[in-house]
Amino acid sequence: MRGKSLTTTESRPAHTARDRPEASVAPEQDPARLEAARKKAHRRRSSKNWSLFLLFAGPNILLILAFIYYPLAMNLYFSTLDWRLGAPRADSVGLANYQRFFTSPSGLEVWRVTGIFTAGAVLGSMILGLLIALVLNKKIPGRTFARTAVFSPYVLSGVGVALVWMFIFDPQRGALMFILDRLGIDSPQWFLDPDANLLMVIVVYVWKNLGYCAVVFLAGLQSIPSDLLESATIDRAGPIRRFFSIVLPLLTPTVFFLLVTNIIFSMTNAFDILRVMTPTGNGTNTIIFEIYLQSFGQFNRAGYSAAIAVVLFFTLFIITAVQLRFVERKVHYQ
Amino acid sequence: MSTTTPQAPRSGVKRRSAPEWTKAFSPRNLADTMLTGYLPILIALLIIVLPLVWMVSSSFKPVNEIVTLTPQLLPQEATTENYATVDRRIPLMTVLQNSVIVTSVGSIIKVLLAITTAYALVYIRVPGANLIFLGILVALMVPPEVSMLPNFMTIEALGGRNTLWGIILPGLGTAFGTFLLRQHFKSLPKELFEAAELDGAGHFRKLFQIAVPVSLPAISTVSLVTIVNEWNSFLWPLIITDTRDRMTLPVALNQLRSVEDQVSSYGILMAGAVLVIVPMLIIFAMLQRYIVSGLTQGAVK
Repeated sequence: MRGKSLTTTESRPAHTARDRPEASVAPEQDPARLEAARKKAHRRRSSKNWSLFLLFAGPNILLILAFIYYPLAMNLYFSTLDWRLGAPRADSVGLANYQRFFTSPSGLEVWRVTGIFTAGAVLGSMILGLLIALVLNKKIPGRTFARTAVFSPYVLSGVGVALVWMFIFDPQRGALMFILDRLGIDSPQWFLDPDANLLMVIVVYVWKNLGYCAVVFLAGLQSIPSDLLESATIDRAGPIRRFFSIVLPLLTPTVFFLLVTNIIFSMTNAFDILRVMTPTGNGTNTIIFEIYLQSFGQFNRAGYSAAIAVVLFFTLFIITAVQLRFVERKVHYQ
Repeated sequence: MSTTTPQAPRSGVKRRSAPEWTKAFSPRNLADTMLTGYLPILIALLIIVLPLVWMVSSSFKPVNEIVTLTPQLLPQEATTENYATVDRRIPLMTVLQNSVIVTSVGSIIKVLLAITTAYALVYIRVPGANLIFLGILVALMVPPEVSMLPNFMTIEALGGRNTLWGIILPGLGTAFGTFLLRQHFKSLPKELFEAAELDGAGHFRKLFQIAVPVSLPAISTVSLVTIVNEWNSFLWPLIITDTRDRMTLPVALNQLRSVEDQVSSYGILMAGAVLVIVPMLIIFAMLQRYIVSGLTQGAVK
């Protein structure tokens, strides 16, 4: 059986090519009909696939459309309104809300606060995180425990963490006040002074976030081939030289990854701390906090809040796009 | 053999009279390990752990030990009065129950949706699946603050204010879990499904009898990260609830904070903080491997 079928298929191309030079295929293999049949089968299969796909993924896609994409579109519309939350009427004001956010003193203040908070939070958690990662990279007993402990604040409730640090920062009975007192330093007017407040929420955010940076840095450090460091040691390169000439260049991809994720996180994850420690945003109204304060806080300007939300979305979109375009491709070692 | 050869000539060197192992315990080496190894770790640990120890300790202190000018690390006369006060100020059992329901129902639905969506994206071939995945990736990027206002109006219109389903519903669409599980499903070998396909198994059987059982670690990771996020969630429950009986724990604690704003109230606030922080600390301590790997996804390959 096998041998027979083999010979027929082998002899066929020669036969057809000799007898019918123009139509090189048998009528039942006519390209157009074959194509149509394949399309029909494909359509049947793909419509069956579609219904299965929607059964599996449909609910999630629907939820994402309803509670993430629809709000994005609605925000675009709301952002053109002068509208108080709960009011039945709203006036269209064009791009006035955007203009206000980019030019008014209160809008520029939000940019200033966001800039300082982001810079402080990102640099603070990355530098401290790297230092801790370098320490944890030594092979000493107990470092797994230390790694776990350092990471733990990252998974804790922002509300709980903020309450704990309010007690520590309290200018009358806080632990920090007693420590500063010992050192002969007057405690700043936490909760009252806007600049002190900004510093305070940065410190708390860094405390909560540095473990994340430490663990990611640690993974980066452990991927550095040890023979490189060993040969550098043999060449009498000191620890500082080794760090700047070998470790840091090889860590560049990790540094860029953390830089981008930390900028995004610091813009979006800090709400709990800000809202609990400084409920009215006294000096701490970063862009996310301002979105909340303008619509649900004391101001009740929903249209303006929506405009800020749109700006935040596009800011994050651009940061992510830049990361995908440049960082992933250009910063690449090995 | 290769490991012993480099040591052979070393032990032959006459200058080094003491055996190798005593060097490890030499005063200089010990001091070195302490100074460059343990001391920095100790400082780092103190910075991380002390605030949490202070929280737990203060939650058991009576008022006079809170307002004192000579604070002690440990309570001198431990009391549970602060916890009783929390219970009087907020309906603690109801609020805890709300948090547990929101966390468990929300997490179970989210993880199920993530599993089925990820499976569909990888194994059910439809044109445009990549475009849909891209749409989910973009959704991953949208912070809750951006969608908060329109979602508030949607849920209010549906009559979901001050209801548990109103708290749960808008967060159910899951991009993070879908993304993570899709990456995982893509890495599964094709041969795994071939035998089942020959038996004529459909997608349901392939998903629940093959894909899910071999992916339990990845699913645990997604579940734990989801549980942590749901428990800690603050912004949305804060907006959508204003009656105490419907609040989750973080929202109720925020309200407790605005009621108890005296210096003497810190013991009460610390008791509240313990209630919201310690459950996650316990879960994290037990299952940290999964949680860390889930939260650092993308960085650690």
